[in-house]
Amino acid sequence: MDAWSRFLDTFFKRELIEQYLPSILKGMLVTVEIALAVVITGIALGLALAVVRAWRLLPVNALIVVFVDAFRALPPLVLVLLVFFGLPNVGINLPSFAVLWVVLSLVLAAFAEEIFWAGILSVPKGQWEAARSTGFGWLATLIYIVLPQAVRLTVPPLTNRTVAITKNTALGTVIGVPEILNQATTGQSFSGNATPLMMGAIAYVVLFIPVVALGRFLETRFAWRRA
Amino acid sequence: MDALLQQFFNLEIMAKALPLVLAGLRQTVVLCLVVIPLGLAGGLLFALVSLSSSRATRWSMIAAIDFFRAIPPLVLLIFVYSGLPFAGIRLSPLAAVAVAFFLNTSSYYGEIYRAGIESVARGQWDAARSTGLTVAQTLASVVLPQAIRNVLPDLVSNTVEVVKLTSIASVVALPELLYSADMARSITFNTSPIVLAAAIYLVMLWPVVRLVSRMERRIAS
Repeated sequence: MDAWSRFLDTFFKRELIEQYLPSILKGMLVTVEIALAVVITGIALGLALAVVRAWRLLPVNALIVVFVDAFRALPPLVLVLLVFFGLPNVGINLPSFAVLWVVLSLVLAAFAEEIFWAGILSVPKGQWEAARSTGFGWLATLIYIVLPQAVRLTVPPLTNRTVAITKNTALGTVIGVPEILNQATTGQSFSGNATPLMMGAIAYVVLFIPVVALGRFLETRFAWRRA
Repeated sequence: MDALLQQFFNLEIMAKALPLVLAGLRQTVVLCLVVIPLGLAGGLLFALVSLSSSRATRWSMIAAIDFFRAIPPLVLLIFVYSGLPFAGIRLSPLAAVAVAFFLNTSSYYGEIYRAGIESVARGQWDAARSTGLTVAQTLASVVLPQAIRNVLPDLVSNTVEVVKLTSIASVVALPELLYSADMARSITFNTSPIVLAAAIYLVMLWPVVRLVSRMERRIAS
């Protein structure tokens, strides 16, 4: 057997592709579901925290900063293991996909809060004052004047961060969430061949290349320039 | 409440797990000393290639960077560690981590360097070249110092991400901080060792996270 066909036989074996395609596709569905859930709850919570922070209540803000810093400093895998193994021992039983969803949502919320907050701070004070003096309430000013300007600036960094965090759904394999990587490694150990793993890698590229490219496009389009 | 304390903040168990966890910490530090310089150097290389004047070179580098940014690092690591042996390439856990991290972190660092280099005004190049500096000299003494200063917060914040990412080495049985803590957890049936590891990550990274926030705010204002 020449090198090329040996390569194909190791990574692209026809029968195995056919055999494992359904489970990889099922894994893709699980990955997409968890990723979407994480994006929605994570960004919503992050935005909510940034809005609360704009209230500038000192003790509340201190709590938000502590939460944000801790979830930016801790590796997601540490949090996943902590929640997955810790909670059952105190009587709380969450299914593994819920653990992954909660942990990644909190991590995304922390990063999103920081990005939204930077966006809110970047809107000049005069905008607040002008809006308030025309009779807008505090909340109305935030919603109609400040956030629309702030959010524009946050789109590129938020997109990139969101992509990076949703890729962490692969960590779910460690606690047995049946997402792509889990299906692929299971397939690999059953078949004794690297084809399912290659399929898993390709599945991730198919899912994430479009969002990475979108992030690249947004970066040039919105040009988050600092200098 | 008592059960919670027993389960997460059991000092007795933490004390017992401490030697193992500290040995893990040492491995994590070693790992960082391998993968961070590798990523910083690889990233510079990726950035320079992605700014090449040949269109074909430029686009293939950008495609490769996006490819490695699209694949979750854990997938890449497992592929390198347990997929490549099928093709006869068997790497130790440390070597597998080094290879996978090189590809992943160089892509992220590369994008940051590239943004930095692009932020330096074109006139700087022209001026430096017209005073007789070579391309390499211009890059090393004129452009890069300014580029790196402009993207320093991003470089530091990505380095925090890399340090956090070393925790996935536990999946390929490299006995770093998280692996050791998880081992202690499975021996003691208690989550406190992982809380201890989390506390160590916090102590190491919190100051840097604060620093990044302040650097970002200073540049924004």
